[in-house]
Amino acid sequence: MTIDLKTVKHISKLSRISIDDNKAKKLSDDLNSIFKFIEKLEELDTEKIEPLTSIAETNLKLRKDEIKSKNIREDILKNSPEDNKDFFVVPKVVE
Amino acid sequence: MSNIIDLKLFELVEKIKKKEISSNEVTKAFIDRSQKSKKLNSYITENFENALQKAKQFDEKPDFNKKLPGIPLAVKDLFCTKNIRTTAGSKILENFFPTYESTVTQNILDEGGIIIGKLNCDEFAMGSSNETSFFGNVQNPISENLVPGGSSGGSSSALAAKLTPATIGTDTGGSIRQPASFTGTVGLKPTYGSCSRYGVVAFASSLDQAGPMTQNVKDSALMLEVISSYDNKDSTSVDFKRGQYLKDLNENIKGKKIGIPKQYRVDGMPKEIDELWKKGMKIIEDNGGEIIEINLPNTNYALPTYYIVAPAEASSNLARYDGVKYGFRSKGKNLIDMYEKTRSEGFGDEVKRRIMIGTYVLSSGYYDAYYLKAQKVRRLIKNDFDHAYKKVDAILTPSTPSSAFKIGEKTNDPVSMYLNDIFTVPINLAGLPAISIPAGHDKSGYPLGLQVIGKAFDEQNILNIAYSIEKNINFKNNINDWWIN
Repeated sequence: MTIDLKTVKHISKLSRISIDDNKAKKLSDDLNSIFKFIEKLEELDTEKIEPLTSIAETNLKLRKDEIKSKNIREDILKNSPEDNKDFFVVPKVVE
Repeated sequence: MSNIIDLKLFELVEKIKKKEISSNEVTKAFIDRSQKSKKLNSYITENFENALQKAKQFDEKPDFNKKLPGIPLAVKDLFCTKNIRTTAGSKILENFFPTYESTVTQNILDEGGIIIGKLNCDEFAMGSSNETSFFGNVQNPISENLVPGGSSGGSSSALAAKLTPATIGTDTGGSIRQPASFTGTVGLKPTYGSCSRYGVVAFASSLDQAGPMTQNVKDSALMLEVISSYDNKDSTSVDFKRGQYLKDLNENIKGKKIGIPKQYRVDGMPKEIDELWKKGMKIIEDNGGEIIEINLPNTNYALPTYYIVAPAEASSNLARYDGVKYGFRSKGKNLIDMYEKTRSEGFGDEVKRRIMIGTYVLSSGYYDAYYLKAQKVRRLIKNDFDHAYKKVDAILTPSTPSSAFKIGEKTNDPVSMYLNDIFTVPINLAGLPAISIPAGHDKSGYPLGLQVIGKAFDEQNILNIAYSIEKNINFKNNINDWWIN
């Protein structure tokens, strides 16, 4: 299959990454060569194979649901690009 | 006494313990050399002043029971270090100061280690040459304008140039072993679950693993002992009894069965690499080991599988960089516009490419054809190894299909760059431990590595085999300090 410009634009929307038209063309070429390489997998019959979802096939451990870190508001906001000391600030979403 | 920077990590530890040298002297020596080596661009962030203070504090109240008593170390800039800038090689994290410490670096601090800086790497560890870093290319100390490998390229460069006595990297598809091989150093990727991923900037969570990069195998055993630990902050950390890797290190490989996978003899591989591989086999046989040909029939499918699984996980992991909670933010007309511009300006081309591959393979209508298919093939690849390990104790292969290449040589063709990892990627897919050790040079004098792959949690065995090969090869790195005026 080929990834055309329309598909590149669609993926860019889904990825929340804006792409201008010049870059979209180059990206479409790159993605096509990568997918050509990936599609080698079609040669394999995997009908009866179970997917491997996790390599560490151990049971997840349970732990008590308790608060371990308290009063870390400052820490949490420390690296934010914009905040008002209590909350993260984003462009207006509701009119 | 020989120059401090020429001492091995384990020798530095011994000398500090015997009070022959102080932590301050050692720390100063590596910092001085780092300052003279800016041309290599190995560092993203220096922590020199703070490190010198810590060294003085150590000397005032030394604790010689620690495994890294007052030892200075620079680490890959993918590990979150409390109050020390952590960028993952990305513009989007250019001004990020973690408020917590990764478990692996905490283990280093707990054993008396001192962090002298954060080392360059490919952006979010996506790359094989350190050319995707927002902070610029890194030079390989072997020769000017040669890549140091990637993604842990700052780590391999700093280690080979003796700016740090040892370091740690992360390995998702070869990012420790390939740069080690390109710089004539030792790189170990432990079994998945051996070292905690807590506080390691995530790339592909089912593949990422931290590990030591050192001058020699003994130092690797020591570093593994320090950084490997069970950690309940990482739900995939495995609670197994960790070995005393250094104490139990020995070169006796008598009776060991070593597998040689015929599928790793790829077309167009330089003759020198094939000869090196044969040299490795001969050493094993000369030391009482047995060479057995094995079959890993799905090897050719490992890279295509990796280039579905890793981008899929990356696209999900990197969704967190939205310009709201931390990191770079661009201005936008509205919230969505802000997200799109932030991510477009904050990420580099390779990262964007991989996020888009991942988004596509996970998108509605394509999930079964790509992602589910890749997970099934991943099972086949793991089964190949399980089957082989019924007959052998470990596997020997070359580390890479070529030696280090020139800066800029492969940047225009993503697929040719991906092929660098052909011998290392299958090991991450199967979650196994593997070590790359320097074993020879090609005709240009560039280092070449051999890789020993082990069974899950059998790090001791591959360390011992590597130790035996190292003793027999007696590799010497040819570095002439060309970058120092």
